[in-house]
Amino acid sequence: MTTTGTDILLEARDLVKHFPLRRSLGQLVRKERPAVRAVDGVSFFVRRGEILGLVGESGCGKTTTGRLLLRLEEPTSGQILFDGQDITLLPPAAMTQLRRRMQIVFQDPYASMNPNLDVFSIVAEPLRIQGLAKSREEREARVARALADVELVPAEEFMHRYPKELSGGQRQRVAIARALVLDPDFVVADEPVSMLDVSIRGGILKILMRLVRERGLGLLFITHDLALARHFCDRVAVMYLGQIVEHASSDRLVRTPLHPYTQALMQAVLSTDPRRKRIYTGLKGEIPNPANPPSGCRLHPRCPLATDRCRAEAPPLAEHRPGHWAACHHVDRALAELARPPA
Amino acid sequence: MAELAVSNLKMYYRTRQGHVRAVDDVSFVLASGRALGIVGESGCGKSSLGLTLLRLLPPNGEVVGGSIRLGGQELLTLDDETFRKSVRWTQIAMVFQGAMNALNPVLTVGSQIAEAILAHEPVSREEAVQRAKALLEMVGINPARYDHYPHEFSGGMKQRAVIAMALACNPQVIIADEPTTALDVMVQAQVLQAIAELREQLGLSMILVSHDLSVVAQTCDEVAVMYAGKIVEYGPVEEIFLRPKHPYTQGLVQAFPDIHAERAPIVSIPGTPPNLLDPPSGCRFHPRCPLADQQCRQVEPELVEKGRVGHRVACHQVSPHGEVAEVKFA
Repeated sequence: MTTTGTDILLEARDLVKHFPLRRSLGQLVRKERPAVRAVDGVSFFVRRGEILGLVGESGCGKTTTGRLLLRLEEPTSGQILFDGQDITLLPPAAMTQLRRRMQIVFQDPYASMNPNLDVFSIVAEPLRIQGLAKSREEREARVARALADVELVPAEEFMHRYPKELSGGQRQRVAIARALVLDPDFVVADEPVSMLDVSIRGGILKILMRLVRERGLGLLFITHDLALARHFCDRVAVMYLGQIVEHASSDRLVRTPLHPYTQALMQAVLSTDPRRKRIYTGLKGEIPNPANPPSGCRLHPRCPLATDRCRAEAPPLAEHRPGHWAACHHVDRALAELARPPA
Repeated sequence: MAELAVSNLKMYYRTRQGHVRAVDDVSFVLASGRALGIVGESGCGKSSLGLTLLRLLPPNGEVVGGSIRLGGQELLTLDDETFRKSVRWTQIAMVFQGAMNALNPVLTVGSQIAEAILAHEPVSREEAVQRAKALLEMVGINPARYDHYPHEFSGGMKQRAVIAMALACNPQVIIADEPTTALDVMVQAQVLQAIAELREQLGLSMILVSHDLSVVAQTCDEVAVMYAGKIVEYGPVEEIFLRPKHPYTQGLVQAFPDIHAERAPIVSIPGTPPNLLDPPSGCRFHPRCPLADQQCRQVEPELVEKGRVGHRVACHQVSPHGEVAEVKFA
C-alpha cells in the first residue's frame, strides 16, 4: 500500500507479531519454532482527522495490532511510521517522549483505572509521568480542560470523586480524558463502548468524533461490531486470522464487500428490522488455530469460493477499485455472489 | 403445553439503604409456544425478572406481591421443595449469560447432561446417556462428542451444550438470559439457529432477556421493554420495532444502528437510568424524556393498550388512539 501526501499520520507496514509457544521435544529436535501468529503482515494507514475502524472476530489480532502501534508490544517485524518517522526501533526514552502524542483507551472502564485514586489523580497521571505541568494550578487547569473535553462538567465536581462513584459511561469518559490530557495526535480506542449500554454509548462516540473533526486527531477504532463501525468510522479494515482481508471506506465496504469473509460477516449481523427475519449461520467450520494457520488464503477451508489456487497461494491485499483493497483471488466471483439473492 | 401468566409481580432487594425495586408491578402473558423478548439496559430489572420466575434470587431478593401462574397453577405459593422438584428445570428451565463457562472442566460434556437427567428423573443410566446424546444432536452437536471435555468444544458449541442441558428434563418454558452475549456474530447466529429449531421441534415457549435489540427482533414474537423495574411498552415485535411509541423505546431503537442504513451518527438518550432505591416520581423516565410535562412528573402512567390491538404503552404523551410525537434523539 503506498501512502503519499502529508495527511498520513500513522502507517503500519507489514507488521508482524508472533507469540512464541513452548516447544515440544519433537519440535526441539526438528528445530521448529512454534508461535501464535497473532498479527501476520498487516499494513494500513490513518490520516489526520480520520477514523479507521479495525474490525474482526475474537482472536483475529485486532487488539494486538493496536498495542503494536504504541509499542505496548514489540513487533516481531515490520515498520511503524508516525508522522513520517520510523518509530519501530526507537529507544525506550524516546518512545516515552513520543507517547505524549499517541494514546490508548481500553475496553473495560472498570479494570483500566486504579480504584484508589480520585479522578484528578487518574487524569493527571500522564502529566506526572511525562514531567509536564509541574505546578498544582497548571495540572488542575489541564485536568479541568480534559474533563470539559469529555463533558464531565463542572470539572470541579468530578475531580475528587472515585471510580466507584461513577457510572460506566462516566468512567469511560474519565479514561478518554486521561488519554486527552497530553493533547495527543493519535489515539487507539479498543472497544471503548462495547461494555456500555446502547443509550449512553452514543455520548462517548460523539466526544471522540468531535475530537477527530475539530482537532484533527487520528483515531484507530477497534471493534467487533461491524454495524457500529459502518456508522462511526470513515474507513474500515477487516481482519481475519492475523491479516487484513479487506479495506475500504465504510460506505463502500457495506455496500459492495469484495471479500467472501466480509460478505459472510455482513450477512451474520442481525438486522433490527423484524420483517427481515433471517439468521445466517455463516461460514462452515470455525476459525482455525492461529498457531497453525491454513496454507494459501487463510479463509480457504471455510470459503464457498475456494479453488486449488486459494489452497496454494496467499492472495495479496490488492487495490481492486480506487481506495478499496481486498485479498482474494476471486473478487469477480465474490461480486457475482453479492448480486445473488441470499439463500 | 401451558401458558405462563405473570401479573403485578413485585420483587425488591432488601439493602441497608432501603428496598431496590428491581421488578415493580410487572405483568405479561406468555402463550404456549411463543417467544417473548425482554429488552432493557443494565439494571432495568430484566435479569432479576428471570431469576424471580425460577426462584433463584439471592437471599435479599424478596417477592413482595403479584402472581406467577403456569398452566393455571400458582407458583408463588409452592414451598421450595415442591418448586425444586416439580417446576425448576422440569417445567421452567434457564440458560444463563456465559453459561458455557459453567461446565465442569474435568467431566465430559455428555456425562454432565446425563447427570442432570439422573438428578431429576428416576431413569437408568443407560437411558440418561441415550437422552443426553439425543439432546446433543438436537442442538447440532455430533453425539459422538458425548465423551469429549469442555476444552475440546468451541465457545458456541459449549453454549449449545448448555442449552441441551437446560432441556434435559423436558421443560415447557425456557428462559434465556443474554444467551449469545460475548459470542462472535457467526457463532451467535449458530446458537440462535439452534434455539429456533429446538423451539419448533419441542413446541417450547421462551423468554429471551437481552440488551441486544437485533437478537430480539430476529427471534421473538412479542417484546416487553423494561425501564427502571417496569414494563414501559409491550406488544408484537413488529409494532415495537417499527412503530415504537414510548419515548424510551423510540430512543433505544434509534440508538441501535442498522448495518444496512445510511451512515448516520450514533444517537444517545441523555442522562442515566435512575437509582431504583429511590426512583423518580410519576413516570420513571421523565427526567430523561424530551416530552415530559407536569403530569409525567407527578402521575405514574399505566401500561394500557393504545391504538393497535395488543400494543400497550405506559406514557401520558401517547394518545388513546396511539398517536405520539416522534422523538428525535441526537
